[in-house]
Amino acid sequence: MNILELQNIKKYFATQKAVDDISMNIEEGGIFGLLGPNGAGKTTLLRMITGIFYPDSGHIMFNGKDFNAMSDAMNIGYMPEERGLYKKMKIGEQALYLARLKGMSKADAMASIKKWFVKFEMESWWNKKVEDLSKGMSQKLQFVTTVLHNPKLIILDEPFSGLDPVNANLIKDEIFNLARNGSTIIFSTHRMEQVEEICDHIVLVNKGKKILDGTVPNVKQEFKDNIYQLGANILPEHLMTHIFEVVKHQPNQLLLKLGEGTQPNDVLRYFINQDVNIHSFNEVLPSLNDIFIKLVEGTATARAFEKVN
Amino acid sequence: MNKIGLIISREYFTRVKKKSFLLTTILVPLVIIGFYAAIIAIAVKGSTDKQSVAVIDETNLLDHKTDSTEKSIELKFIQNETEASFVNKYKDQGYSVFLYIPKFNLDSPRNFILHTQSSPSLSTTSALEDILNKAIENKRLIAQGIDPQKYDKIAASIKLSNINDTKKADTGNSVMAAYVMSFACGILIYMMMIIYGTQVMRGVTEEKTNRIAEVVVSSVKPFQLMMGKIIGIGAVGLTQFAIWIILMFIGSTVLSFVSPDLLKQASAANNSGNVSQAAEFLTGVSSLPLLKIALSFVFYFLGGYLTYASLFAAIGSVVSEDQQEAQQLVFPVLMPIILGFVIMTKAINEPNSSLAVFGSLFPLTSPIVMMGRITYDIPFWQMAVSMILLVGCFLLFTWITAKIYRTGILMYGKKPSWKEMIKWGFRRS
Repeated sequence: MNILELQNIKKYFATQKAVDDISMNIEEGGIFGLLGPNGAGKTTLLRMITGIFYPDSGHIMFNGKDFNAMSDAMNIGYMPEERGLYKKMKIGEQALYLARLKGMSKADAMASIKKWFVKFEMESWWNKKVEDLSKGMSQKLQFVTTVLHNPKLIILDEPFSGLDPVNANLIKDEIFNLARNGSTIIFSTHRMEQVEEICDHIVLVNKGKKILDGTVPNVKQEFKDNIYQLGANILPEHLMTHIFEVVKHQPNQLLLKLGEGTQPNDVLRYFINQDVNIHSFNEVLPSLNDIFIKLVEGTATARAFEKVN
Repeated sequence: MNKIGLIISREYFTRVKKKSFLLTTILVPLVIIGFYAAIIAIAVKGSTDKQSVAVIDETNLLDHKTDSTEKSIELKFIQNETEASFVNKYKDQGYSVFLYIPKFNLDSPRNFILHTQSSPSLSTTSALEDILNKAIENKRLIAQGIDPQKYDKIAASIKLSNINDTKKADTGNSVMAAYVMSFACGILIYMMMIIYGTQVMRGVTEEKTNRIAEVVVSSVKPFQLMMGKIIGIGAVGLTQFAIWIILMFIGSTVLSFVSPDLLKQASAANNSGNVSQAAEFLTGVSSLPLLKIALSFVFYFLGGYLTYASLFAAIGSVVSEDQQEAQQLVFPVLMPIILGFVIMTKAINEPNSSLAVFGSLFPLTSPIVMMGRITYDIPFWQMAVSMILLVGCFLLFTWITAKIYRTGILMYGKKPSWKEMIKWGFRRS
């Protein structure tokens, strides 16, 4: 079942088509990556999903029903890219306040805060103020306040920025945990190695439009270049053939690109016939980083202002 | 489940729990009471210090009478000295003031000179002038063949006492009290509107620059966040006002136990007018319609504060950390408040002038101006129209500014122009 369905969402600002006719479905229980270069319209899209903005046109379905920003607030947790907390407020009171704004009762909120504070070893912070925390610590706090009310849909915009590897792993494990327990996570970033590691499904947006949508393995299949890696001691005289091109030749390793109509078995048969000892042979799939760069390449680094009407 | 209530209580308690709130709330009346006590203390003590004035009287105008009519002045006549010789000595002989009366013609007295080491006080100068004028008058009366004592019996000096017949049991003492009370109310409401209005603006800017606004408006409507903040801070203002009223009540009760004896004693000991004036002032205050004043104050504080707070919130939402940007935008909002204050100072003197009536009806100035007129009798229709206009203005402003706020609070970067802000304000939602 889809927890979120966007149909032809548009949001134009005075000088920009921030989101220009995007449709997508997000399945319940997965980790969903929303990717795109700076200024692609990711934040605007997320703000519409969290009910901060209303789309100019289009339709949002949440949990099978029309999305209603107020009544669905309880089911959504949003951690914006620019972190926001009251600097002078005590941490415990702040967590309680934000949880109750989501609609939790005081008792439920307290129980949930206790649970999370223990899990993240933050019990001693209760009476501290946010201004006393380091950047990484306030990042953890922000994450906790986002998931306190046990939302069905958790939206994380660059959740790892500013975290050391230990704390980043702690939060990564929590993200997996939450997904396993049935929450859906939308994860927005431009750090591709994290996406590859965490996400099941990705959507790439650029200039307000969706340019790629699929599961991570499918996307990689779609963009593969038929490049294989062969582990063997290969001499230059072995390479006099037209069934493949050499991409890179090292003493005991060869990177090759299959020619038109060639199957991997043809390559293996060719080398076996030449009496070459093969110790490994595998396909090299492109990294998401490569795909991202390939698709977005040519886009100006900063999005130009345009006239909308 | 009431989210706006949560926001109000957060805004309220984070401010009320601050030490600075307690400090200002307690300190302001303490300073006022202390000031008041100091005035009474000075009045009771009286000006027993006499200023010694060295006099060289070449015309023998004062007849060497050291006992002058002015209590604060003691004249010491210096013999066998001239102005030129004494001018270098009077300081060493312990005088700070030296009056020189030259020989003069009774028809055109001039060239009286007061030598001092520093600028003389106004009271000393006028006291000495009184003495000299009286003496010259006496000499002239005698020259005309009139007995000065007879003249004193003829001369008249009356003082008008006022009774306002529209008030019941008015003793006439309350004119001064009414004046002071009006002025105090006007200033207080002016200060509170600016102080709490700016607090709203700072709070909004803080939420915007901390980016907490984005988190909060994913849970509540921007309008709820804005109104929660405005109401919460307004409640802080009312709390402060309530504490002051209670302190004033306690203070006046204590004073009424202590003061009658004290004042009576003081007036017996010292016949100068200050103390009896203070006593009259106190009875004057208690004869004012205090309940009506307090209720109007609450209404006009709320009305004025809410009207301006929504403007301040809109400004807070469009500026970033840069305080100068805020200052530029705040100025046009402060203008009508300051205008109201100026009209109020005029309205106190002429509460029924057309300027005062206009100022107390026009909703941007009415909270301040109406409080300036509040101790006078204001026709019912003016009160009603003023209140209705104020409420209407508040609703209209809130409706427009809420839209500016909603857009502004999520916009970062450049400050929008007035044109853009007005466009946001009138856009359909």
